[in-house]
Amino acid sequence: MLRNTRITLAAAAALLSTVAAHAEWLPERPVEFIVASGAGGGTDNFARTIQSIVTKHNLMEQPIVVLNKGSGSGAEAFIYAKANAGDPHKLIFGTNNVYLLPHVAKLAYTTEDLAPVAALALDEFLIWVKADSEYKDAKSLIEAAKANPGQIPFGGSQSKDTDETLVALIEQETGADFKYVPFNGGGEVGVQLAGGHIAANVNNPNENLGQWQGAAIRPLCVFSPERMAKGEPIQGDQGWSDIPTCSEAGLPIESYQMPRTVWAPAGLPEEALAFYSDLLKKVSETPEWKDYLAKTSQTGRFLAGSEFEDFIAKSQDNALKVFKAEGWLVQ
Amino acid sequence: MGNFGLLLDGFQIALTPTHIAIMVIGVLLGLVVGVLPGLGAPNGVSLLIPLTFSMDPVSAIILLASMYWGALFGGSTTSILFNIPGEPSSVATTFDGYPMARGGQATRALTLAFMSAGTGALVGVIVITLLSSWAADFALRFGAPEYFAVYFLAFCAFIGMGSAWPGKTAVSLLLGLALSSVGMDTITGSLRLTFGLSELIGGISFLVVVIGLFGIGEILMTVQHGLKFRGVSSRVDLRDVFRTIAELPRYYLTLVRSCLVGAWMGITPGGPTAASFMSYGIARQWSRKGKVFGTGRPEGIVAPEAADHSAGTCAMLPMLALGVPSSATAAVMMGGLMIWGLTPGPMLFTTKPDFVWGLIASMYVANIVAVILVLATVPMFAALLRIPFAIIGPMIVAVCFVGAYTVSSATFDLWLVLAFGIVGYLFNKLDYPIAPLVLAMVLGHKAENAFHQSMILSDGSVLVFWSNPLVGTIMTLALALVILPQLVRLASRWKRDQAEPLGD
Repeated sequence: MLRNTRITLAAAAALLSTVAAHAEWLPERPVEFIVASGAGGGTDNFARTIQSIVTKHNLMEQPIVVLNKGSGSGAEAFIYAKANAGDPHKLIFGTNNVYLLPHVAKLAYTTEDLAPVAALALDEFLIWVKADSEYKDAKSLIEAAKANPGQIPFGGSQSKDTDETLVALIEQETGADFKYVPFNGGGEVGVQLAGGHIAANVNNPNENLGQWQGAAIRPLCVFSPERMAKGEPIQGDQGWSDIPTCSEAGLPIESYQMPRTVWAPAGLPEEALAFYSDLLKKVSETPEWKDYLAKTSQTGRFLAGSEFEDFIAKSQDNALKVFKAEGWLVQ
Repeated sequence: MGNFGLLLDGFQIALTPTHIAIMVIGVLLGLVVGVLPGLGAPNGVSLLIPLTFSMDPVSAIILLASMYWGALFGGSTTSILFNIPGEPSSVATTFDGYPMARGGQATRALTLAFMSAGTGALVGVIVITLLSSWAADFALRFGAPEYFAVYFLAFCAFIGMGSAWPGKTAVSLLLGLALSSVGMDTITGSLRLTFGLSELIGGISFLVVVIGLFGIGEILMTVQHGLKFRGVSSRVDLRDVFRTIAELPRYYLTLVRSCLVGAWMGITPGGPTAASFMSYGIARQWSRKGKVFGTGRPEGIVAPEAADHSAGTCAMLPMLALGVPSSATAAVMMGGLMIWGLTPGPMLFTTKPDFVWGLIASMYVANIVAVILVLATVPMFAALLRIPFAIIGPMIVAVCFVGAYTVSSATFDLWLVLAFGIVGYLFNKLDYPIAPLVLAMVLGHKAENAFHQSMILSDGSVLVFWSNPLVGTIMTLALALVILPQLVRLASRWKRDQAEPLGD
């Protein structure tokens, strides 16, 4: 350990002396974008949008190769990062699953195997019910679940992932008791709700937009500190900014958001890390990125360096509390 | 008939020179990725997506959809010629397609496959055109119990009619189910049967298993049989193509039935692979020559191909109208849709009629383009069989391994291919049927998830599968498909016993 530090220090000193020459690290080979989800998912769109922006604005000379490694809720991608420790030509695209997954499943990697590069957006969560549902607001849904414990089916994507965590959090904070039913992905949960096979879900805006436009379902509240950005009306005269926040609706949960994150295999050179976070910063300032955020109804938020690390620490602590109460923790 | 007017508008969009050129390019690219096992349509389409960002959404979806059609056609080619399914949905085509090609009738087999595939696709588009508004509502009625019932029906339709000894079928089926449960479980989030190996977290890829079982297994068999795989002197003649086309109307019953099975499985969440198996199973059962299926019967090629393409085409409907992709490729295309700023959902048909009907019209045109293009390649592909085994054999082995590697760029998969090659060889030698294993791998995990979800929803009551007329009908039909053939068999034995009472 001490030896490593000394080597790092020596390397740093050597770098400082030649800072002019090495100020700019540049990729020497094609850069792999490893997507921690299957093709077509939210994370996949996130990575491919960045790929197209980098290519279009010529932000990097080396070409980009996108690879999907989404099996095991994304674990495949993170284990791949561990196997390629120190490789500065690989970026991993995920959500908060990077640092939450190892707590609920015994996997061959830990969060330390990945170096945080940046977060670019926050995806919102909303409570949705069927359009003709008897629940007019979040309160009545919660009350119904208290009156009939374990009877009201609440759908979500995957198990012990963001959706089930949020439902568990609602239960812990309100004392309600739902029947959580896991499905394969957000799109599927949206259709199950539109068909009336479940009573509610906590999909991201993008996953339920089509069904809301078609007036098959409607939102009750959004788990965000403030209301969402104003935009075109979606259904009737209702738009995203008309949805009350969940604290307005009387739920004691102020915020629950999922970051769209970019990571690199741990141990890559500092300059490479700086290069990528700089690159992503440039991406987040392009009009195409703004366009992507608007189309997918996500909130733009660029986080890097210590800011990003603080965000991770806080988000991890909150989730761990829920995991602990639910008894999901492994080890 | 408002749809018809919209369709005509769609044709105006699809029939421009640019779009026809895009279709030709898409189909040709699709043929290439379809022919290479492993590099299937989902991979091909996701490789193309970044190229489409700067395109108009209609042109972009036409390109991706044409590539999909091309890949579906290409997948059948290697199934028939080398017993290596290029696409998961063309596994069932190997059962009779490969024996027919081995018998020196490669041209006939390929032409039959392409023509029935083309017919299936056209029926699929017609179904989409006529039923677009109704089918979306119908698909919404499918909850977890209904999903399970559809998978169960596909299982029963195929298994209930098997000719192999039931014990061996069960072994094969159970092995397939076990393989499909490897990896992280959706419902519980726990890891199963991974033995601590990181490589197994994602489960065992169906394509890798199929490439091993069929491709490598077949090579091992050929090697043991003394390298007789040589110079199948198939005449390569474009006239054979036309002769086969003329013979097609003879199988109209199989064709119509298979198209309907395909349309059903495409609109409900069954998907093309399940459709092709189900259709093959039903064709074998209903044919008077069911016993000789698997030796190169034309119906054995027509049935899975027509159903596969009919389902693949119909699967576009739930994708556009509901945002539920019923195939891996549809999932990738849906991602593209969102990037182009279109939201799949009930409103897409009203808000973007140009896009939707342009796409539907392009399906008519692109499938005709695809059939013409693939028929033109038939003599070329059929000629491949003239190459002696000493040359083509090693090439097939190389293609198998490269194909397996492209599935997820994992070296571990290469060992799996080898292992499953040996399993395939042993199954063949010991007369175990491979098909139940393949079907169980395709549907096992989905069926299990749907069953588990149904049990959560019903608090563990099996009666949920008869809780409404829709699910009840499908389940009863499925059970009937298993039980009736056994009853018929018992009845005929009983009759025989009556006839010769001293028989036993």
